[in-house]
Amino acid sequence: MSLVATADVIVIGGGLHGCSAALHLARAGLSALVLEKNYVGRHASGVNAGGVRTLSRHEAEVPLSLAAMAMWHGIAELVDDDCGFETHGQIRVAENEDDAAALRQREARMRALGYTHERWIDRDELFARVPALARHCLGGLIAVDDGAALPYQTTAAFRRKAEALGQRFFEGVRAQRVQRTGDAWTVDTDRGSFAGRVLVNCAGAWADRICAQLGEPVPLEVIAPMMMVTLRMPRFLEPVVLGTARPLSFKQTQEDTVLIGGGRRARVERDAETTELDFRELAASAQTVWDLFPVMRAASVHRGWAGIEARMPDDIPVIGPSSTAPDAYHAFGFSAHGFELGPIVGRIMADLITTGRTELPIAPFAITRWNAAGDSP
Amino acid sequence: MFKRLPEAGPTVPVTIDGRQFAARAGDSVAATLFAAGVKACRTTPVSGAARGPFCMMGVCFDCLVTIDGRPNQQGCLVPVREGMRIESQSGARIAVDAPPGQP
Amino acid sequence: MNIASSCDVAVVGAGAAGLAAAAECARRGLSTVVFDEQQAAGGQIYRAITATPLKDRTVLGADYWHGEGLVGEFARAGATHVPGATVWAVTRSDDGFEIGVSHDGVAQLVQAKQVILATGALERPFPIPGWTLPGVMTAGAAQLLLKTSGLVPEGRVVLAGTGPLLYLVAAQLARVGGRIDCLLDTTPRGQWRSAAPYAVDFLRSPYLAKGLSILRDARRATRLVGGVQQLEALGGDSLQRVRFVAGGRSEELPVDLLLLHQGVVPNINLSNAIGCAQRWDEAQLAFVPVVDRWGASSVAGVTIAGDGAGIAGARAAEARGRLAGLHTVHMLGRLDAAARDRAAAPVRTELARFTRGRAFVDAMYRPAEAFRIPAGETIVCRCEEVTAQQVIDTVKLGCTGPNQMKSFLRCGMGPCQGRLCGLTVTELIARERQAPPGEVGHYRLRFPVKPITLGELAALPETDEGIKAVVRIGKAH
Repeated sequence: MSLVATADVIVIGGGLHGCSAALHLARAGLSALVLEKNYVGRHASGVNAGGVRTLSRHEAEVPLSLAAMAMWHGIAELVDDDCGFETHGQIRVAENEDDAAALRQREARMRALGYTHERWIDRDELFARVPALARHCLGGLIAVDDGAALPYQTTAAFRRKAEALGQRFFEGVRAQRVQRTGDAWTVDTDRGSFAGRVLVNCAGAWADRICAQLGEPVPLEVIAPMMMVTLRMPRFLEPVVLGTARPLSFKQTQEDTVLIGGGRRARVERDAETTELDFRELAASAQTVWDLFPVMRAASVHRGWAGIEARMPDDIPVIGPSSTAPDAYHAFGFSAHGFELGPIVGRIMADLITTGRTELPIAPFAITRWNAAGDSP
Repeated sequence: MFKRLPEAGPTVPVTIDGRQFAARAGDSVAATLFAAGVKACRTTPVSGAARGPFCMMGVCFDCLVTIDGRPNQQGCLVPVREGMRIESQSGARIAVDAPPGQP
Repeated sequence: MNIASSCDVAVVGAGAAGLAAAAECARRGLSTVVFDEQQAAGGQIYRAITATPLKDRTVLGADYWHGEGLVGEFARAGATHVPGATVWAVTRSDDGFEIGVSHDGVAQLVQAKQVILATGALERPFPIPGWTLPGVMTAGAAQLLLKTSGLVPEGRVVLAGTGPLLYLVAAQLARVGGRIDCLLDTTPRGQWRSAAPYAVDFLRSPYLAKGLSILRDARRATRLVGGVQQLEALGGDSLQRVRFVAGGRSEELPVDLLLLHQGVVPNINLSNAIGCAQRWDEAQLAFVPVVDRWGASSVAGVTIAGDGAGIAGARAAEARGRLAGLHTVHMLGRLDAAARDRAAAPVRTELARFTRGRAFVDAMYRPAEAFRIPAGETIVCRCEEVTAQQVIDTVKLGCTGPNQMKSFLRCGMGPCQGRLCGLTVTELIARERQAPPGEVGHYRLRFPVKPITLGELAALPETDEGIKAVVRIGKAH
């Protein structure tokens, strides 16, 4: 197979994490080439809800998320594009006493760990911030610096900036085989082979295949969380609203359309790269919106879709070095909440590759947390 | 813009932006607007430009009107009914009296 | 109306193809349900055929009234017709398909073993400066107002474009005393030369005689200006003037109503959203689903008939509907292949008769590039008010296809879901990138292909528990 290109680092996957890795590697002085089987941002990175959220993250993710949020608040300087980032806070609402208890417990837990970014708000403050919310709600948990951005634009911006700094992107190129030859990695694709000293696996819902080739299988589940969007409505909502017991992610975009998510799943065929919406599941999301936002009852739902995403059994990603091969790193499995982490994960990759370490606590994300057979411990 | 050929048939009372109008039974809301001399039935949410029905067959969505309090109805697909309230839409209108909906 | 929750075959569209397909299926014992958005059968070509106020049959002509027989045949065949029903999704289920359909403000999921799509055609977008002004409509729209409501344009009326329907509308309007100030013909001068190779077939086809008589009527009806190369609609809040250039000379006319038409193209939104493969047809300058000689698409169980599978007119649509119906009956095991082929033989003869001559029509009335691919501030996406220049500039930024264009500019993200901008955006990108339209591709459509309200979606009955929960919450609010 003919050699097409070489670089210091080969990144497999042109989603946000792959583009972010390429960007940060450029800033660290290393060349990278990104292999993307479709086009940059084609899958989960380009079609997610765009939530930029620190609120109620898994404890292990909190330090990374807060570090990423600091970068989001300077995103225009980082990638020469505002990425449509706007920040009006995110609020998880309590519909009943059980919800309220859970959210207050969460606030207490965060404070005990030294974090102050999540705060319980009572009914008065809740309805002052979200006047369109149904009055059966009791309060909520807010992260005021959270917000939302445009996923496709963000991914494209990271790509453009990385390219401006000299990195190369190869779209329509599908990685097939990775192998180590001496001190280098060779990646064979359907359009020739690529070589580099370091390999980074950002292959999203297909990342487990790279892991298998490296002899470190992982229990990756392919999921397709569904989204819906409505026709435009008069402005009624500024923060992003999340459900507690009932899954919901709800926001009004800058175009005044309303995005409804929450993670209910479509049927998915990973290799055909197709998804099929499940309308009964979408009906349940619609019911939740009906209950929480009466103004939405006559809204027109006019498109549904589902991204193809990777979920790990413990709902946190794999970030860190390979356990079996030298000069190989992983950043995948973001379990439907990787978007906000994009800016920091690329930094972590660059730090690991250039210095062998990162100041952020990534031990919980190690690929070794499953035994050799790929099951959870 | 349009005149009616004779032998039109029985009429049905409707209101258009509050004005009474005798619509022809069997006509769509969009056809009724033309018969009533109305050219533009909405303004766009993006720029506020005036629009009227364009295709009369349900593909262009320029005939969106509010019917009996329900917004974003394609007027060319809805037949008139006695007492129907037809209202033009401005921008991203949601009528405040939208009915609760389905059981 | 209570729609049954399951059937053997669901037909989407009650035009020529849908009616014929449904009749073939129902007659042979399949439980057949036809969903159609309109209030009565007939689709667009035979629109209002059961209720038109135009009792004088010479106005709409024999081709239109042929539909009466077809509607009658359908009515006797035993299929269920659900008018006023909008199909918004077709997804796969264990036993075939699940059709998401809205009727009377209520959404329902209907099971079907086989699906026949007969969604017909829509008029090709005609993006000229000012085409979004009130007072500008399609010629087809004016024809529909005549058929359904007996409404005739009055005041200063101009027709513009190319294609048989344009001349037909001129002729029909004249027959009812409509005054037409002029017909601006945008057929490029000399285009008959590229149509000449197909002339023999056209001369032997049913379209020749019809075409000549329509052209003659159109010429008598109004002033015909040929070789129009530029066209603009001008006005403030609504149309006031039309400016055009023909033979190197520019002219401006005061006008109240401008009727545009430059051919029809397949309505592919539903087939695209289902995942049926499609291809670019260079002769028709449109995306067309990939189907076999029975209309079977790339998705097993989904058959596509009529203009929605490629433009060939009403009589060809009827024939292809019958073939799709026969194929569907065979697929459900009620007709062996030999019997199916025997029944299909005379239909194929009809089909050949009514597709002969189409190549000539396609070539003769091929819309000029200037009217398919606009420039500058001309609006391309009507819903989101995106201009040609914005699309071109975004290609220059590295956006290579319509789906990425959607994310950058919102074109195609409005209520019409790309029905009126899809082809224009594809061709704009193709020309800018110097790539074939087939390679550039079309918007990827998603369900629902027509909007449904949140309330309808929320109330979709799922399980008994789900129904009870919905009822309980409905009562609480």
